Amino acid sequence: MTKLSLNVNGNWHALDVDPATPLLFVLADELGLRGPKFGCGMAQCGSCTVIIDGKIVRSCVMPVGAVGRDQVLTLEGLGRPDNPHPIQQAFIDENATQCGFCLSGVVLTAKAVLDAKPEASEQEMREALGGVLCRCFAHVRIMRAIMKYARTRKP
Amino acid sequence: MTVSRRRFLRTWGALIVSVHAGSLCDRLAIAQGPFDTHPSHIDPTKLDSWIAVSGDGTVTAFTGKCDFGQGMLTAQTQLVAEELCVAIERVKLIQSDTAISPDEGTTSGSQSTPTNFNSRNLAQAAATAREALLQMAAQKLGLPLEQLTVVDGVVHSPDGRTIRYEQLIAGERFAIPVSPTAKRRSPEEWTVLGKAIPSLERVALMTGAFEFVHTLRVPGMLHGRVVRPPAMGAKLVGLDENSLQDIPGIIKLVTRENFVGIVAETQWQAIQAARQLKVKWKAGSALPAQRTFFATLRQLPSRDRLIVDSEDVELAMTRASSRLEATYSYPYQMHGSLGTSCAVAHVANGQATVWSATQSAYPTRSIVASLLGLPLEKVRVVYVRGSGCYGLNGADAVSFDAALLSHAVGRPVRVQLSRQDEMAWENFGSPCVIDQRAGIDSSGNILAWECENWTASRGGRPGYDQPGNVITGMLLGFKSENVQPGAAEKPAGALRNRDNAVPSYMAGCVQGSCTGLGGIRSERVMSHMVASPFFTGPLRSPIRLQNTFAHECFMDELAAQAQADPVDFRLRHLRHERMADAVRAAARAAAWESRPSPRGRVSLRGQITGRGIACVGYEGDNGYAALVAEVLVDLEAGRISPLKFFLALDCGPISNPDGLRNQSEGGILQGMSRTLVEEVTWNQMRITSTDWETYSSLHLDIEVPAIEIQLINRLGVPATGAGETAITLVAASIGNALFDATGARLREVPFTAERLRAGLAQRSH
Ligand code: FES
Ligand code: FES
Repeated sequence: MTKLSLNVNGNWHALDVDPATPLLFVLADELGLRGPKFGCGMAQCGSCTVIIDGKIVRSCVMPVGAVGRDQVLTLEGLGRPDNPHPIQQAFIDENATQCGFCLSGVVLTAKAVLDAKPEASEQEMREALGGVLCRCFAHVRIMRAIMKYARTRKP
Repeated sequence: MTVSRRRFLRTWGALIVSVHAGSLCDRLAIAQGPFDTHPSHIDPTKLDSWIAVSGDGTVTAFTGKCDFGQGMLTAQTQLVAEELCVAIERVKLIQSDTAISPDEGTTSGSQSTPTNFNSRNLAQAAATAREALLQMAAQKLGLPLEQLTVVDGVVHSPDGRTIRYEQLIAGERFAIPVSPTAKRRSPEEWTVLGKAIPSLERVALMTGAFEFVHTLRVPGMLHGRVVRPPAMGAKLVGLDENSLQDIPGIIKLVTRENFVGIVAETQWQAIQAARQLKVKWKAGSALPAQRTFFATLRQLPSRDRLIVDSEDVELAMTRASSRLEATYSYPYQMHGSLGTSCAVAHVANGQATVWSATQSAYPTRSIVASLLGLPLEKVRVVYVRGSGCYGLNGADAVSFDAALLSHAVGRPVRVQLSRQDEMAWENFGSPCVIDQRAGIDSSGNILAWECENWTASRGGRPGYDQPGNVITGMLLGFKSENVQPGAAEKPAGALRNRDNAVPSYMAGCVQGSCTGLGGIRSERVMSHMVASPFFTGPLRSPIRLQNTFAHECFMDELAAQAQADPVDFRLRHLRHERMADAVRAAARAAAWESRPSPRGRVSLRGQITGRGIACVGYEGDNGYAALVAEVLVDLEAGRISPLKFFLALDCGPISNPDGLRNQSEGGILQGMSRTLVEEVTWNQMRITSTDWETYSSLHLDIEVPAIEIQLINRLGVPATGAGETAITLVAASIGNALFDATGARLREVPFTAERLRAGLAQRSH
């Protein structure tokens, strides 16, 4: 066990954990977050996605000890039910989900892509989502919501 | 799940009525179907089991049909709001909590709508409640009931007096039975039901606030993992506890028969321990070779069922001017839920609570009680939504795992399966081989049609008393429900086409009554069920999808043989108006150009497009749909890209058009993934498709085809299911479009590049 501080969604947390623990389990079990979820544990599906320093990270394979001082952003850190982030609002408006298990991967990946490149084309967005699975296949609405949000970001 | 039992008992104590099992069972035994209500301590014949109006006017409804992303939460809430004439915000739906909801068996098979939205159960209870409240108001106001109107839970009299529901009933029980004659509000009057209300949980989902069973945390909770055997039939010989010595936090190693599990302080410790534990297994039995599996299927001892037989097929075939035969095959496929299955159990002091994403809360309760040796009334199963399941995924098995592990340590335990354990041991969708044979006369009419299918099965839903139907139960030494070989008897009783074994074009005559959707009278359908080497279970549109793939592609082959347009040819052989209407609606939407397939001369290179149609009366009579696919085929790359789908869907009065579209869009794309890439694989000993690299699924990077949906909102008929209708048609519509484009007929799913090349090479030039 090692003492660590971790910044999640803007708050610092003092933790006493095995630094080899995947970040996902710290977020879910120690901090009780509901956004990132275990889907495969092998960086194959995207359910556990978080954003660290603007980058898309699969928290299921990232040891918590490797996070350092950077801020970890999860789906619930993006916006709150009473004040959703515009990309979350676009998903709400399009009713773009079925079971919703995939949303951390879908929403955070799209957001990170558009933060880095606001003019990203639909094709580029699709490529970026290549490692993300939605087994309910809510693709039609997911892409519609993402592109709706993307239009508001166009410079 | 956030509601403790005690608080619930306080709030709803009056509702939890203990009924002596004997008398109730006797009364209800006759009325029980597989999807209907079952007797339990919550008496489904009583209104209070379904509906309660509290002091603030909130309506709580208790249902045994749950939402796993298919929209049942929203649709059932709409239903209750509509029948009770209250705003949707005032309705709270409690789904499948065995302490307080009636037992409606399993949420599956597109049966929630037929079960809860017609003239029984939840709908009828809500209608009864409205009538009862109006009756009370009439008495209080001294006016005849007919003069009263209700708006948002407030009863109005013509003379301007008002009285609120909560003033009539607040906190009290109705204490009346569900009335079979209470009048449902007719679809013409609907203001909430039938409307495109977006899913009620969407804001919580999008902002990460939604509670899944996966995110549920109970105070004092430990983490468990299971260690599954390396192969089917493997036996536990021993294990080396010392192999875990360097991992801290191990609470207990649990074994029972061949079941092995570990409980640890943290999830990470449990995972490491499960990976590191040295276990000795005695090898299981060798598996049949995958390459020749479809041939093997036909040779195994089978349970046979003759579904229709006019006994004149051979004779009619002799009169045919041309005859056609073909064999179709469909592989094992997976539910492949995005989140691996998860459950939390707390077993202590002689009672158990299991928070589970099972589709079968009450049956799960019975099994947990028997596995733990607890009396039924000491076990509570609370449904908490999991990752989309599409049928029987690992939710039941993991609920048993969690109960066993919690029982062993006396503290709450959360178990989530590893990706490999989920995929190697789930109850796969069944494989099928289907032989088709038909004869056509010189004017292009089908004279006779015969089909014979083979499918493999083992286990399935555990139900109330078959734990061995899923992996955990088998490891504990329970037998799985297995195929008992037996010869077919003559068809008798009414035609039941629940597996869609009978093509839509057959007359479906059994003992003089013809309830098929078509006109072909020389007909024979035989099905064979053999023992599967792997567990199988319902996967979205079980067997129906496989049969429909074969029927609708073969129908296309017959149309091509008769040089007829596939739509005209279908309409020529259909008698059922709703089915025919769906075909016409899909064709119209697609601006279908009437001509035979394939579209032209056989091309050898480049990219070509084609269109194909398929239709189905789901389960014979549970919704009618037709689907047109337009595909682009890249001949060199061997790639099939669906460009556009046009769906026409008639499922009776629509509860929520947006939810229905969402389900249909998802069904079509999931169907596309299953048609193009999904297939379970194995070697001599074990399943080899155990993650997302070895089991293919379409990801989010696909070019999403355009999907146009025509909803046929047919009022005045019972509401049918709709969650599985669209997916049933996808493989056939893509196969037919591919044939139209290229002249190649693929008769085995998935349509891989290799199979496409082989199909192209076989075309007659
Ligand atoms: S859980 Fe991390 S990518 Fe699947
Ligand atoms: S909505 Fe269920 S996995 Fe995407």
